Amino acid sequence: MLDGKPAEHIPILKMGEFLLVSIQVEMHDRLVMTLQDELTEHIVRHRARGVLIDISALEIVDSFIGRALGNIANMARVLDAATVVVGMRPAVAITLVELGVNLSGVRTALNAEKGMDLIRRELGLSGRRDAGGA
Amino acid sequence: MADHRSRLAAIVREHEPHIVADWLGLLAKVTRRDAVDRNDVEEHARSFVPLLADAMAADSSGDIDGPAWSKVREMLTSLSAGRARQGWSPSETATFVFSFKQPLFTRLCEAYRTDPDGLARETWTATLLLDKLGLLTTEVSQKSREDIIIRQQRELLELSTPVVTLWEGILGVPLIGTLDSERTQVVMESLLQRIVDSGAAIAIIDITGVPTVDTLVAQHLLKTVSAARLMGAECIISGIRPQIAQTIVHLGVDLGNVATKATLADALVLALSRVGSAVTKAAPRA
Repeated sequence: MLDGKPAEHIPILKMGEFLLVSIQVEMHDRLVMTLQDELTEHIVRHRARGVLIDISALEIVDSFIGRALGNIANMARVLDAATVVVGMRPAVAITLVELGVNLSGVRTALNAEKGMDLIRRELGLSGRRDAGGA
Repeated sequence: MADHRSRLAAIVREHEPHIVADWLGLLAKVTRRDAVDRNDVEEHARSFVPLLADAMAADSSGDIDGPAWSKVREMLTSLSAGRARQGWSPSETATFVFSFKQPLFTRLCEAYRTDPDGLARETWTATLLLDKLGLLTTEVSQKSREDIIIRQQRELLELSTPVVTLWEGILGVPLIGTLDSERTQVVMESLLQRIVDSGAAIAIIDITGVPTVDTLVAQHLLKTVSAARLMGAECIISGIRPQIAQTIVHLGVDLGNVATKATLADALVLALSRVGSAVTKAAPRA
């Protein structure tokens, strides 16, 4: 994961069969492409079953980054990992909708905890809440 | 030319009490108002004439935008704004200024009895001036009314977009009135903020109070639904009346995979089942 490259990248944390991506810096076009490469690679390498992308610290998005995030989530799904994007800020949500980026096909949740519940339920693992079948 | 105009000021000053008296008599005839208003009018008239004379003496160019006319403008602006709030029509307010012509012209006639050319010139100058002042009052009344309308619109906007908690994890958004882009923005912002604050998983948007749904309104609704979904909350649209359902289909509006229900009650039942709660009838008490 850390091959000593000076180029900045988003850390991808492996937790059991899940991968955790938390975007804590301003996104720019190259960074999002790097994330796309690295995440798909990680999913295959670790045979991850769930991916959680936390964007709660993301304040500014443009259409490219919005679309790229959607693409990343869809790619993860294609690789058979239940993927959920969590923690989107209201302002970001409004911006994306106004830009026409609906992230259709991407699962979303309010925060990391609910996102994790969603992944567990989707994988048929026991969620913390038994209520609310998928 | 300049000396003619300065005579206008002199004439007004010289005959001020008469002019005011004539004017008030005229105003009493043209304004059909009660005693309180009449006192106001009288006060305004008395303060207007000296201001006008001063301004005419200081700046005879006929341009009322100059600094010499600032006091007259100020006075007329506050007068017009006040009257607009009290519900006077713009023409009633403008009549206040226009009716000043008659007493003024009477005095001009007396002063220029032997000089018809001078009379014509002075009359023309005075007409131009008073017309401009009259237009100023109309403009200000119009502006004040628009301000009132804008303020009321804003109040209406705040009144009509509440987000209520229906159940734990279920929000309700009862929409009343037409859904334009500005209101959509307000609804969206308050809904998303409430989702963050309460951690709600489901929002029911009730459109019983939306009179018509056209493609634009539908688009606004879908935007709100999409934004809520991006935040991880699911939306249910309820309160779809038969005519609205017909319109939606005839217009070819695609509500996508948004759950829709005819009544808020149905939507609530669906929302409860989604969050894993249920409402049952309590056993009758003995």
